[in-house]
Amino acid sequence: MSMLRLAPDTSDTLGSRVRWAVADCWTILIQELTHLVRQPSTFAWQLGFPIVMVLMFVYVFGSAMDVSGQGAGEGYLEFAMPGLFAMTMAFGFMNTAFAVAMIKEKGFIDRFRSMPMASSAVVTGRGLSDVIHATVDLAILVAIALVLGWRPGGGIAATLSAFALLLWLRLALIFVGIQLGLMVKNTEAAGNLFAVAFPFGMVSSVFAPPDLMPGWLGAVAAWNPVSSTAGAIRELFVSPAVSSGYWIEQHAVAAAVIWPAVITAIFLPLAVRQFQRLGR
Amino acid sequence: MSTSDYVVLTEGLQKRYRETQALDGLDLAVPRGLVFGLLGPNGAGKTTAVRILSTLVRPDGGRAEVAGHDVRTQPRLVRRRIGLTGQNTAVDDNISARQNLVMFGRLFHIGKAAARQRADELLAQFGLADAAEKTPKKFSGGMRRRLDLASSMILAPEVLFLDEPTTGLDPAGRREVWQAVGELAAHGTTVVLTTHYLDEADKLCDRIGVIDRGRNVVEDTPSGLKRRIGNERLEIVAADPGDLPAIEMLLGKVAADGRTPTLDETTLAASVAVSNGVTALTEVAAELRHRDLTVADLGLRRPTLDEAFLHLTGERPTDDLEVSK
Repeated sequence: MSMLRLAPDTSDTLGSRVRWAVADCWTILIQELTHLVRQPSTFAWQLGFPIVMVLMFVYVFGSAMDVSGQGAGEGYLEFAMPGLFAMTMAFGFMNTAFAVAMIKEKGFIDRFRSMPMASSAVVTGRGLSDVIHATVDLAILVAIALVLGWRPGGGIAATLSAFALLLWLRLALIFVGIQLGLMVKNTEAAGNLFAVAFPFGMVSSVFAPPDLMPGWLGAVAAWNPVSSTAGAIRELFVSPAVSSGYWIEQHAVAAAVIWPAVITAIFLPLAVRQFQRLGR
Repeated sequence: MSTSDYVVLTEGLQKRYRETQALDGLDLAVPRGLVFGLLGPNGAGKTTAVRILSTLVRPDGGRAEVAGHDVRTQPRLVRRRIGLTGQNTAVDDNISARQNLVMFGRLFHIGKAAARQRADELLAQFGLADAAEKTPKKFSGGMRRRLDLASSMILAPEVLFLDEPTTGLDPAGRREVWQAVGELAAHGTTVVLTTHYLDEADKLCDRIGVIDRGRNVVEDTPSGLKRRIGNERLEIVAADPGDLPAIEMLLGKVAADGRTPTLDETTLAASVAVSNGVTALTEVAAELRHRDLTVADLGLRRPTLDEAFLHLTGERPTDDLEVSK
């Protein structure tokens, strides 16, 4: 056969492994980004939900809510927008879980694992592309918020820190998404995760202050990691918010740094273990 | 043959999943350059065997060597020498066929330029050159599977594992895949495939290992397997359903010891194993003329793998078999 004879790189040192782990991650990342570029409608579908939510809350329910202590509806846009950003990041784990369930279902994970590539790239490439995806999501939401009249009240440093905290939350939830995506049987089951995600996103300070909720529910909402990120970025955007009695709400920025770290500390090892379990 | 002549060698392979003993002491020896079929009913352990051999899962016990390396202790070395086409078609529908192959080329670490060159070679080899820039979304099942096969041939592996390569394909798609596999084998690639389609094993494989409940039942060539159940069969296809009872009786007279004719009401075919084909054929032909019975077809045939399988494992494989005939 007149075929070019291929000699793959056979060196097996630590250096070459690291080099390939990076190269393979890059290859997977490029593949994932090609999807996004080829199918920009993905963004429309995924952002449809938060956009509908914001319109509903700002213009339907929000007018009845007194979030600033200055009367119903006052300052609700400033209150809800940061909440919406945090919620979109929180629900992002569904995208990760769905994508992971998809590559598992389609046999990509099997093929990748039977190849001499770095298997970590399946996860690192996925994670990087999700962070890039989330950044684009945020940019679109911010543009919509600006059109609706929302303005960040802090300086440039505070505003950038707020977006960094949002992506920090999204990054931590990638590991949750990978764990769940590997755990569920198929993409259909991954889609059903929304039933879990919805209360997790909603029982929080995203659209309503926990102070307005019944005692125990308010406590759950206040301690929700999504609330911490929402509260922290409200501080950084200088949005109006009634100060509540919950200790964690008064330390929102610290909580918004720590919560994702805790989530990562729990779910990163779980996701790695789940990935290794594929070999059992 | 020395051990190095075998590309795949296993000894007493064991694998348990909770309550199921998927493999229970499987021994395989696949000589270089052959197409080897693992044939068995669903749950026989075929897929588990392929997953162990392609380093996806670790065996609980026993030994497995692929291309001269132990799958358990040297999986990275094995991975450079094998290709895997799993049950699901691992094709990315959102990027072009060429981009699919270039991506896999890069993940096989052959470099950008070589990955492109290799992609073009494989597209030509698998008859996909005209579809190179299209996304597989619009491909037929056979084309998708051929692209899938091409992706596992990037490094021209020593051994290619195919897990049910034609399941879910229409007849045209199956023929395309058979042709592609046949060409790979002709160029010297050792192929290990699993199937529960007996006609597929018959058509593609040089040797067949029948497995059931995680153990070897028998290993032979397709014609050897058929010979194992011995006799030729005499088959008559009736022209009129009303003639079936008479035909059954005629066949009963010439049957080999202890055999009874089998009837298929839908195809109107009746057949029975006979010990001397030519004698039985002439006898039955004379009887038919004597009774003035008209039949649609009359002939001798070798037993099918279906029958061999039934005979060897003592059970009907799966319902899918009916579809494959």
